[in-house]
Amino acid sequence: MNALFSLVSALIAVAALVAVSWFGVGAIGLDSVFGVIIPYIALAIFIIGVVYRIVDWARVPVPFRIPTTCGQGKSLPWIKADNLDCPYNTWGVIGRMFLEVFLFRSLFRNSKAELREGPKAAYASAKWLWLFGILFHYSFLIIVLRHLRFFMEPIPSFVEAITSVDGFFQIMVPTVFISDLLFLGAVTLLFLRRVGLPQVRYISLPADYFALFLILGIGISGVLMRNFFKVDLLGVKSLAISLFTLHPAPPPGIHPIFYVHLFLVSVLIAYFPFSKLMHAGGVFLSPTRNLANVNRSERYVNPWNYPVKVHTYEEYENDYREKMKECGIPVDKE
Amino acid sequence: MELHDLPKPQDLMNIDLNKPPETGWMDTPTVFRNGTYSYPAAGKNLKILGLANPRQWSPADEDWKLPENWKEIILQGMKERLEKYRSFRLFMDICVRCGACADKCHFFIGSGDPKNMPVLRAELIRSVYRNDFTLLGKMLGRLGGGRELTIDVLKEWFYYFFQCTECRRCSVFCPYGIDTAEVTMIGRELLNLVGLNINWVIEPVANCYRTGNHLGIPPHGLVDMWQFMTDDIEDITGIKIDLPINKKGAEILFVTPSGDYFADPGTYTCMGYMMLFHELGLDYTWSTYASEGGNFGLFTSHEMIKRLNAKIYAEAKRLGVKWIIGGECGHMWRVIHQYMETMNGPADFLEEPVSPITGTKFENAKQSKMVHITEFTSDLIKNGKLKLDPSRNDKIIATYHDSCNTARAAGLLEEPRYVIRNIMNNFYEMPENTIREQTFCCGGGAGLGNDENIEMRMRGAFPRASALRHVVDKHAVNRLLCMCAIDRATLTALCHYWAPDVTVGGIHELLANALVMKGEKERTVDLRGEPLGDEEEDE
Amino acid sequence: MYNAGKIIIGIVIFLALITAPFWYNFGKASTPPKLEIGTQEKQCVESKAFMQSSHMVLLDQWRDEVLRVGKRIYVNSAGKQYNMSLQNTCTKCHSSKTKFCDRCHTYLNVAPNCWDCHIAPKEQEKQAGRSDK
Repeated sequence: MNALFSLVSALIAVAALVAVSWFGVGAIGLDSVFGVIIPYIALAIFIIGVVYRIVDWARVPVPFRIPTTCGQGKSLPWIKADNLDCPYNTWGVIGRMFLEVFLFRSLFRNSKAELREGPKAAYASAKWLWLFGILFHYSFLIIVLRHLRFFMEPIPSFVEAITSVDGFFQIMVPTVFISDLLFLGAVTLLFLRRVGLPQVRYISLPADYFALFLILGIGISGVLMRNFFKVDLLGVKSLAISLFTLHPAPPPGIHPIFYVHLFLVSVLIAYFPFSKLMHAGGVFLSPTRNLANVNRSERYVNPWNYPVKVHTYEEYENDYREKMKECGIPVDKE
Repeated sequence: MELHDLPKPQDLMNIDLNKPPETGWMDTPTVFRNGTYSYPAAGKNLKILGLANPRQWSPADEDWKLPENWKEIILQGMKERLEKYRSFRLFMDICVRCGACADKCHFFIGSGDPKNMPVLRAELIRSVYRNDFTLLGKMLGRLGGGRELTIDVLKEWFYYFFQCTECRRCSVFCPYGIDTAEVTMIGRELLNLVGLNINWVIEPVANCYRTGNHLGIPPHGLVDMWQFMTDDIEDITGIKIDLPINKKGAEILFVTPSGDYFADPGTYTCMGYMMLFHELGLDYTWSTYASEGGNFGLFTSHEMIKRLNAKIYAEAKRLGVKWIIGGECGHMWRVIHQYMETMNGPADFLEEPVSPITGTKFENAKQSKMVHITEFTSDLIKNGKLKLDPSRNDKIIATYHDSCNTARAAGLLEEPRYVIRNIMNNFYEMPENTIREQTFCCGGGAGLGNDENIEMRMRGAFPRASALRHVVDKHAVNRLLCMCAIDRATLTALCHYWAPDVTVGGIHELLANALVMKGEKERTVDLRGEPLGDEEEDE
Repeated sequence: MYNAGKIIIGIVIFLALITAPFWYNFGKASTPPKLEIGTQEKQCVESKAFMQSSHMVLLDQWRDEVLRVGKRIYVNSAGKQYNMSLQNTCTKCHSSKTKFCDRCHTYLNVAPNCWDCHIAPKEQEKQAGRSDK
C-alpha cells in the first residue's frame, strides 16, 4: 500500500464529504436531509452497529486464558506479586483495565529502538505517542461532554462546570476552549507522526488517514462555526433538541458550515462500527489484558475442547517393551 | 548455512530501521534468501502425525505442490478460527496501526524488514481478513486495505509466520494487548492445513508423539544418557545417584525438556536437578513416556499442543504420583501454565502440591498441580533447607536472560533471580528495556533455532546480544544464565557470533555447583569439569 | 454468547450513555426560549440575524473602542449613529436581562462577563413600565 495513495485517497474522500454537505445545504437547501434524516440514520447505524459488533465478538469464545504477564506473578507468599501488571484477582484485573483504558498504560511503556555503531541497540523513552493519544482522547471526551449543552434542556450543571473550566482563559469572544486547541493540536500531531515517521507511514492504510482527516474536519468545522461563521446557536440547539425529543424540525437559515460539521459527525459515527475505531469497545475484550494470571490455581474451561488423538502409554510400551525390560525400566505388561 | 558463512556483525547490521522499501508492502515481493528461512517438513513426519499434504517440496521452488483447493481450505480454516478464538477475531478488528509495536520485535530491529514489524506481520493476514470477511473490505477492496489471497500472499505468510518466535514482546506495548503470538499461531495452523510447515518443528513433534521426546530417544537410550550424567556426577562429587525411572507410587513426577538430556550446556542443568533431588532425598521419578516438557505443538497448532501435552497428566495418573515438578524451559511453561489444565485437565487424581521438604503449599499451582522448579527451589533456599557455597561459582560473572514465555506468559521473574542471588556472588542485570517483561527473544524460539535459518536467527538475536555485550563491557560478564532449553542451544550460537567470551548455562547447573552435598568428596571441578576456585588468580 | 453477564452490563452502560439525551429530554416540548424585547423599536443597531449570531463580537468591539480608544459613537451599516453603551443603548430597548439576555444564555450555557462590571436594568420598574403600555 503506497503511502501517498493512502493519504490522497483519504483526503479526497473527506473533501468530497465536506463538499456534498456544503452544497447540499447551501445551494440545494437540503436542510432536513442533512439536519434530520442523515443524523438519525447515522445514529441508528452507530448504536445498532456497535452493539452488533460487541455481541459478535462475544459470540466467539475465549478458549484459553492467555494474559500477557507484565510483572511478577503470584506464587510464593514472600515474593511480592504485581497485581496491576500481572493480576491475580478480579481487583487486579479491574485495576489493570482501568490503567489501560483511562491512562493508556501500555502505550506509556513505549520506547524507541535505535541502532548505533558497535553495532548496538539503544532504547530511548518515547512517550510522545502516549501524550498525543491522551490529549486527543481526553480533549475529544471533554468536547463531547460540552456539546451536551445543545442536547439537553435544562443543561446539567456538570456540563456548565466543564464548560466554565474549559473556557477559563477567556481569550477572544466567543471564548476559545482549551479543549478545542488541544484537540486540533493533538490530531495534527498524530497526523504529522503518521506521515513523518517512516515506519508508521509505511504501515498506514487509507482508513488510517480517513479517520484522522474526518476527525480533523469535524474539529475545524466546529471551530469555524463557533469563532468565524458565527452560526446561530439558538437555531442549532432548537434543531438538536427537536431531534432528541423526536419532533425533528430544522429551523431555517442555519449556516451551511453547521451542516458540514453535523454531516462529518454523522459519517464518523456511522463509519465507527465498521472500522478500527471499534478499538474503543474492543480494548475491554482483549484476552491478553482482561484475564487474571491465575492459570495454575483456577480452572479455565474451553467450551469447544474436544478429544484428540494421542499416543497412549500402552502403545508406547508396546513399541518398546523388550528394550525397556532389558534396561530395567518397569513395564505394565510383562 | 553456518555461522562462519555470515558477514561480520558490523556488516550484518548495516541496516536502517527508518528506510522501508520504495514499494508499498502489498507490492513488495517475498524473497526466500538462503539463511533466512527454514526447510520444509519431511513427508514422513507429517504422515506419523496424520497432517495434511505430506510431500517433498522446497520454499525456493516455484511450485509448492499445494492441494487444488488450497485457497478454499485456508479461507474455510480462517472462518472456523474466527469463530473459535476471540483473540484472533478481535486482533483482526481493532488494530489502529499506531506503530507502538513496530520497533519492539527483535526480528525487525535485527533485519529492518518492515514486514517484521508486528503490526505488518498481522496485516499480512488482516488484509485477507478484510477482503473476505468484512463489509467495508468487500466493498472497497484495496482501498479498504483488503487484498486477495493469492499464492504469493500464502508464500509471504509462510516466510513471515516462520519468522516470528511468538515471544509476545509486542503485546506488552500494544495499547489493546494485541498479541502477535496469537496471530502467528493461527497463521501457522492455517499453513499447516495445506501442508506448509517446517521440519525443525514437525520432526520434534513427530518424535515427541511417538517416543515421548523431541529427539526421538527410545526409553533405553534415555536410560543410557541419564546414566552418563550420573557417572559424571559421581566423578565430580563422589556420590552415586540411583535415578528413579517410571517409578510407580512416587510422590512427584519430574518433567523437563529433553534438550537437556543430550547436549551441552543443557546436560549440566539436568545433572543439577539430579543432584538437588538426590540431596533432598525426594521421592520422585523421571518418566521415559513423558520425557519431554517442551511442546513443539505450540508452534504447530492448538490441537497439536493438546496431543503432545496429554502425556504429562496421563503419565502422572499411571504412575500414581501426587503432583508434578517441571524443569527449566520457556515455551514448555507457556503450555504448562496457560494451556495444560484447560486442554487436558482437570487433574483430579493429583493432590495440591506441598513441598515434602518445607511443607510449603504451592497455592498458585493448586489447580494444575504442576510447580516450576525455581518455585520449588527458591522455597527450599528461603527455608534454609539447602547448604550452599556460592563461592564455588566465583569464577562466573553472570547475567540473566528471562525467557519470553516464563516472563510474559507466566510472570516468573523473581523466583529465578532469588535462586541466582543465593548460589553465586557475581550477578549483574542487563539494561531494563531488555529484561523481565521486556526481555528479548534469543532469536531462535518457536522452532526457528535451526542451522539453515542462521542469518535470521543472528539478526533476531541482535537485541539480546547488544544488551549482553553491554554488561560484558561493563562488568566483564562471562556467563549468560537462562532457564530455557531452547535458549541453552540458541544462546550458545548467539554468544559464538556476538559475544565469544560468554558461555551459556542454566540456573540449576550453578545451584548444583554451589550445593554442598552430604558425603561428597572435596570438589575440584565444576559440573563442566573445569577447575573450581580462583587458582588462576593466585598465580 | 460468552461472558454474557459482563458484556451485557457493558452494552447497557453504552446504550444508557448514548441515548441519555433522548431520555433526558423525553416528553419535553421542543420550544426554544421566547425572548421579550420590551420595546416598540423595530430595528436594533444592526440586522436581527447579525445581532443574533454576533452581538457578542459587537459588544466586545464597543467595549474596546470605548475603554481603550475613547471613541463613543458607533456608525452602523446603514450609516445611523449610536452611542456605544450597554447600559444606555442596549438595555434601553432590551430592558429585561432575565427575559431577554438570560433566556438565551441559559438555554445555551453561555456565561458572558458583561455584568461583572455593568449593572443590569432594574427588572421591577421596567416590568411595571411595560405593563402600562
